Amino acid sequence: MLVLSRKPNESIQIGDNIEIRIIEVKGDTVRIGIEAPKSVDILRGELVQSISESNTEAISIDLNVFEQLKNKN
Amino acid sequence: MNIQTKFHGEIEIKDISQWTFPNGLPGLEQEKTFVLLPIEGNNTFQVMQSTTTPIIGLIVSNPFPLVPDYSFKIDDSTIELLNIQSQEEFTVLVIMSLKQPFETSTLNLQGPLIFNTNNQKAKQMILNDTKYNLRHPIGELAAKGAQ
Repeated sequence: MLVLSRKPNESIQIGDNIEIRIIEVKGDTVRIGIEAPKSVDILRGELVQSISESNTEAISIDLNVFEQLKNKN
Repeated sequence: MNIQTKFHGEIEIKDISQWTFPNGLPGLEQEKTFVLLPIEGNNTFQVMQSTTTPIIGLIVSNPFPLVPDYSFKIDDSTIELLNIQSQEEFTVLVIMSLKQPFETSTLNLQGPLIFNTNNQKAKQMILNDTKYNLRHPIGELAAKGAQ
């Protein structure tokens, strides 16, 4: 992983079309502005991680529990 | 073409719509193609079955009858990936984590599945806001489906 030091209002350019700017540093929180093409998903890392865990949990289905779903209209 | 499924045995998928997830799903990135299969005698839920990995079968449901005030904006990257041109050409399903007893099962409202019905492309879109829970209780309406 590349590690860079930046001050508020300084930025990092990634490729031709992604810019990450440090907006503010306050206590233990850094506010970051991101400019990227519309096609790029920008998501908080821990959120992607928890969706990932939820998907893994959702595929571990007990067949007996699944049977309960049948003929329940 | 025949595929092995988690709940339906071996099935012929020639006449079944196949949905392409160009990015896979978070945690299941290698799974790019799924089919939606009915659950016998249950109109509320369906199985979203991977065409390549038999054990990857998820229970999915239309969220709107179950969670009447559910609403979100489809983000630009999803519109672009799925090439969505109008309001009418997509449908939404959510993934259920099926638990024992059934009433404790949950719906993932924070990662809805968006399907473009014009080109059969789909994506699990992650909502950045925290208005919706990824373990939303299924509620009374869905619970009735298992009694």
